[in-house]
Amino acid sequence: MLKVEGIETFYGSSQALFGVSLQIGDGEVVTLLGRNGMGKSTTVKSIMGITPVSSGRMSFNNIDIHPLPSYAIARLGIGLVPEGRQIFPNLTVRENILVAAANRGGRKEPYTVEEVLEIFPRLAERLNHYGDQLSGGEQQMLAVVRALMTNPKLMILDEATEGLAPLVRKEIWHGLSVLKGRGQAILVIDKNLDALMKLADRHYIMEKGQVVWSGETAAIAANEKLKARYLGV
Amino acid sequence: MLLVFEQLLNGLQLGVTLFLLSAGLTLIFGIMQVINLAHGSFYMIGAYVAATVTAYTGSFLLGLAVALPVTALIGMLVEMSMLRRLYHKEHVDQVLATFGLIMFFNELTRIIWGRQPLFMDVPAWLSGSIELIPGIPYPTYRLAVIGVGLLVALFLYLMFAYTRIGMQIRAGASNREMAAALGINIKRLYTLVFGLGTLLAGLAGVMAGPILAVEAGMGESILILTFVVIVIGGIGSVRGAFVGALLVGMVDTLGRAFLPLFFRLVFPAATADGAAASIASMLIYLLMAAILIWRPRGLLPAHS
Repeated sequence: MLKVEGIETFYGSSQALFGVSLQIGDGEVVTLLGRNGMGKSTTVKSIMGITPVSSGRMSFNNIDIHPLPSYAIARLGIGLVPEGRQIFPNLTVRENILVAAANRGGRKEPYTVEEVLEIFPRLAERLNHYGDQLSGGEQQMLAVVRALMTNPKLMILDEATEGLAPLVRKEIWHGLSVLKGRGQAILVIDKNLDALMKLADRHYIMEKGQVVWSGETAAIAANEKLKARYLGV
Repeated sequence: MLLVFEQLLNGLQLGVTLFLLSAGLTLIFGIMQVINLAHGSFYMIGAYVAATVTAYTGSFLLGLAVALPVTALIGMLVEMSMLRRLYHKEHVDQVLATFGLIMFFNELTRIIWGRQPLFMDVPAWLSGSIELIPGIPYPTYRLAVIGVGLLVALFLYLMFAYTRIGMQIRAGASNREMAAALGINIKRLYTLVFGLGTLLAGLAGVMAGPILAVEAGMGESILILTFVVIVIGGIGSVRGAFVGALLVGMVDTLGRAFLPLFFRLVFPAATADGAAASIASMLIYLLMAAILIWRPRGLLPAHS
């Protein structure tokens, strides 16, 4: 579904990504792992067209997405849950959900408001509150729901549970596992390795702007050296 | 009593005219972060186009119907061809460029229509007056201006509160990068917002046409008041623009009407009239300063 081949990205004259390649198939849950500052978020921003890519190829369902603008990439069926949530504070929860609701080039059966609120029922009670009146956990749930309403074939979560309380994290992981059960393809970045191992099928580890390892969950679970070297576990 | 009522309605009429202008300006300023000094030029273009079409066809409504899309279209062309390049520039670049636009449009109107002002007649079906209170007639056309302004305010409220495009405009104002990442075409949205803003300015120009002389530069004098309105109301806030416009319209009109009367109670007539005229012209700026001391972000700042 998503194919990234050898992309290089710069911030000014400083190179952030060095030939990053990765692939995500239909219904797959894939993680991007690595310590802070290794290029995970830059990879996500490059895929979404937020940070311009200087070279390499990216395609989504065989359509070249480099150098499409961000909105066009989203419309092809990639939903983003960004780092820091970035909920619209001047919109109510209901409006945050509806603002980008679309039935464009994404899944054949688009999510409905009722369907996404079933995943995070807590939000249903707060539909008329403004985005900035929500707790961090509720904002993250809203960010997931908002991305789902764009009807994505692939959902990308950058720091899925960062800064959230343990119980809220549990809710988020549960929500993501529900989505996985429904065949939703997901690319997720997070630091909670245990939760990621339970959820994901495959993993990419990044260091210094490069993919240094990729493999399945069983392989990473059995490799203590790998975890210690790249993930600080 | 007659004078007070009449001046209140005059204040309301000036207020809604200011609202039509300031709603567009505050949208453009608040959402696109562009200081558009040329906003008054679209007010002028609306008035000129309506005056010309009305003169040729004899129909004010046809003049209105042509002026609005023409103004919006010119606005969108300006956004696409010029302003789009200025979004990431400093405000001083925007000021210089849009000041250049003022000179361009003023000169263009002089080339097309000449230096003599145009005069629009009040349409026959809106001429005459209506007695809102027995014994106190008020011009029907001015009441129509008030009605149009209030209808536009209602339309904008409904659009922003209940439509997808309204939500997208507010989302884009809050975080354009995120809005784009959710599939919202920000470039197109900005063009639409600019077109809507200039359409409203054009509408204000059309409505002001039969009351004022239609001439090159007519937008500049009202532009200052419009900036005062959006600062008082809170930049980016259409609700604030509505409240600020009514406030400025009332204070300006009532000040000019009644300050001389008050001053004559204390000073000789000649001194009173001179002093009152000077202070009346300063009143809205004093009001703005007082409001900014009390509420630095304006009366009803956009939610942030």
